[in-house]
Amino acid sequence: MRHTISVLLENEAGALSRVAGLFSARGYNIESLTVAPTEDPSLSRMTIVTHGSDNVIEQITKQLNKLVDVVKLLDLTEGAHIERELLLIKVNVNQVAVCDDLKRMTDIFRGRVIDVSDSCYTIELTGTGDKLDAFIKAVNPKLIVETVRSGVSGIARGNRTLRT
Amino acid sequence: MANEAENLTGAEIVVRCLEEEGVEYLFGYPGGSVLHIYDALFTRDHVNKIQHILVRHEQAATHAADGYARATGKPGVVLVTSGPGATNAVTGIATAYMDSIPMVVLTGQVPTTLIGNDAFQEVDAVGITRPCVKHNFLVNDVKDLATTLKKAFYIATTGRPGPVVVDIPKDVTAHKTTFEYPATTELRSYKPVQNGHPGQIRKAADLILSAKRPMIYTGGGVVLGDGSEELIQFTQSLGYPITQTLMGLGAYPATNKQFIGMLGMHGTYEANMAMHECDVLVAIGARFDDRVTGEVDKFCPNAKIIHIDIDPSSISKNVRVDIPIVGNIKNVLQDLVKEVQNNTRTVDEAALSKWWAQIHNWQEKNCLYYDHGSELIKPQAVIETLYELTNGDAFITSDVGQHQMWAAQFYKFDKPRRWINSGGLGTMGFGLPSAIGVQLAYPDRPVFCITGEASIQMCIQELSTCKQYDLPIKLICLNNRYMGMVRQWQEMFYDKRYSHSYMDALPDFVKLADSYGHLGMQITQPNQVENALKEAIALKDRLVFMDFITDPAENVFPMVAAGKGQHEMVLSPLSPQMPVERELA
Repeated sequence: MRHTISVLLENEAGALSRVAGLFSARGYNIESLTVAPTEDPSLSRMTIVTHGSDNVIEQITKQLNKLVDVVKLLDLTEGAHIERELLLIKVNVNQVAVCDDLKRMTDIFRGRVIDVSDSCYTIELTGTGDKLDAFIKAVNPKLIVETVRSGVSGIARGNRTLRT
Repeated sequence: MANEAENLTGAEIVVRCLEEEGVEYLFGYPGGSVLHIYDALFTRDHVNKIQHILVRHEQAATHAADGYARATGKPGVVLVTSGPGATNAVTGIATAYMDSIPMVVLTGQVPTTLIGNDAFQEVDAVGITRPCVKHNFLVNDVKDLATTLKKAFYIATTGRPGPVVVDIPKDVTAHKTTFEYPATTELRSYKPVQNGHPGQIRKAADLILSAKRPMIYTGGGVVLGDGSEELIQFTQSLGYPITQTLMGLGAYPATNKQFIGMLGMHGTYEANMAMHECDVLVAIGARFDDRVTGEVDKFCPNAKIIHIDIDPSSISKNVRVDIPIVGNIKNVLQDLVKEVQNNTRTVDEAALSKWWAQIHNWQEKNCLYYDHGSELIKPQAVIETLYELTNGDAFITSDVGQHQMWAAQFYKFDKPRRWINSGGLGTMGFGLPSAIGVQLAYPDRPVFCITGEASIQMCIQELSTCKQYDLPIKLICLNNRYMGMVRQWQEMFYDKRYSHSYMDALPDFVKLADSYGHLGMQITQPNQVENALKEAIALKDRLVFMDFITDPAENVFPMVAAGKGQHEMVLSPLSPQMPVERELA
């Protein structure tokens, strides 16, 4: 089953490699991994999307907790939560018709055109992974120049929190 | 206490921190990146607090520190240089990691200005050691040095112990700062659990007392957690049978009648059968290693399992357990003993005596049978004789292979920390250097290294270290001219295709010992074994290398083959209980 795990860890050199190394050494899957400092600059927050059986997920959370750099973690999948991912997509727009089409689609998906050149539009879009997939699917693949996705960031709904 | 006004170099700080930690021995080997530290050791020599032990290879430094830690419970401390110094130490670090041994390894590093430049003798020591340490640090600023070392010792010795590497660039050891060694340290991200959950302990007590066919299974955690006394009290108050893993031997006295032998691949028949048939299993400080469980799907099929361990990630890793208890072994066992005493239930004595009768039946198989009438020296006989001559009270280190299994089977350890071997990683070459650490810790106690002619050659250079520090270790080399365990597997599972398991061109170990300034003996006849051992033991101030020329065809039995269940273990084909004709190699 797919799990989204939020991890608070010391914002120290090597902390990311410990997490990444743990996953590769123990043969766990990583679908995506995002990390950045929090409002407290001594802490980083990581969102890991992984999948595995209940046993594997239990081991993943235990092994993560065992890392000395890991302060706390929360398996977001155990409760209601929100996931968001950012997509930047560059699309070829040589014809006016394509421009209009793309603009309309961007609006429908509540994205924004953030850069325009004589041949390309660059569009930003946030949402769940499914939504980003749907948008990419909706664009003519021949026109896609490049895409970049941030990976999932997650947060629990309501009063459930992950903080020190 | 440190004088707060002192302005010291990083190198001096390293030495002072080790003194503050009460380090007796520093096992190391100098090199470019650690020269400042070696200079600080030299100039600090008059204080005479730390004795540096110069090994002949960095791997041996880590094994020696490891042996010291296993025998004393105190952390082993290592100092090696950057690059090859660090990489050579890796095997020893991984060995300590697998067996949860407290160790602090200081590795020199190229100056911070050169890191990442492929400088001379540069490796990413933090990166290389990351998967085989409990934690590691790179010290970028001399101001962080003392606090980092404090953390390193704290992390290495608390919770589930393990090795911690501190990588120190050369310029950091030259820079100066005010020295103050923190009295304590706290990490918000690292809080080892102490006490077990009272509710879980109560449930465990209920289950333990409801057992008809109980079994206690303990491991290295009891030794590491100094829980031997509590384990004895717990086990004897119940009268239940107990088995121990390779790593756990000695925590419960092997000569006590409730101990039914080691379990696992080469454990006793009765221990493995009792594991398979038990209805309640109490696992204490053991991690359900594959060499213990055999095929996991066939493991303890009828048992409810209680698992006490300090490391939550050990619980339900290989085998699902019913009542997990996370905590310090000593504390949990104390609480559990109380809960058992205060419980309204009592031991089901009728069921227990029936269970013991069954176990005694299995014991009659005499699973450790070997041929006592052989004209060749039987390795088991050497260990048995050693056991008798030392009254079971020696420190025994071992290398890895058949000799290790025979030592575990035939030397009955009554006390913890006497049996020093590489269980998890299975590191050949561990025996001699770890004996160095043990002998230094206990200079007046007998220390034996049980080894084979293949293993011993992996760290043979340490005979030189033994000479330098006058360490009267006794080496028991069970020389069968094969990598015995490899040969045994090839005989049993590869149709006797002995691919590269024959030790050709062996040195003359007697002359070799002599050239290192030690005494060598070769023993070829069974009737010489006892006198030779007596003679060696009497030489209290010399290292003796005893080269026993043993039966090359002897195999370790009983055995649970890979992929088999514990109950499918086989006895020696020569055993009267297994009248199967064995073809010898």
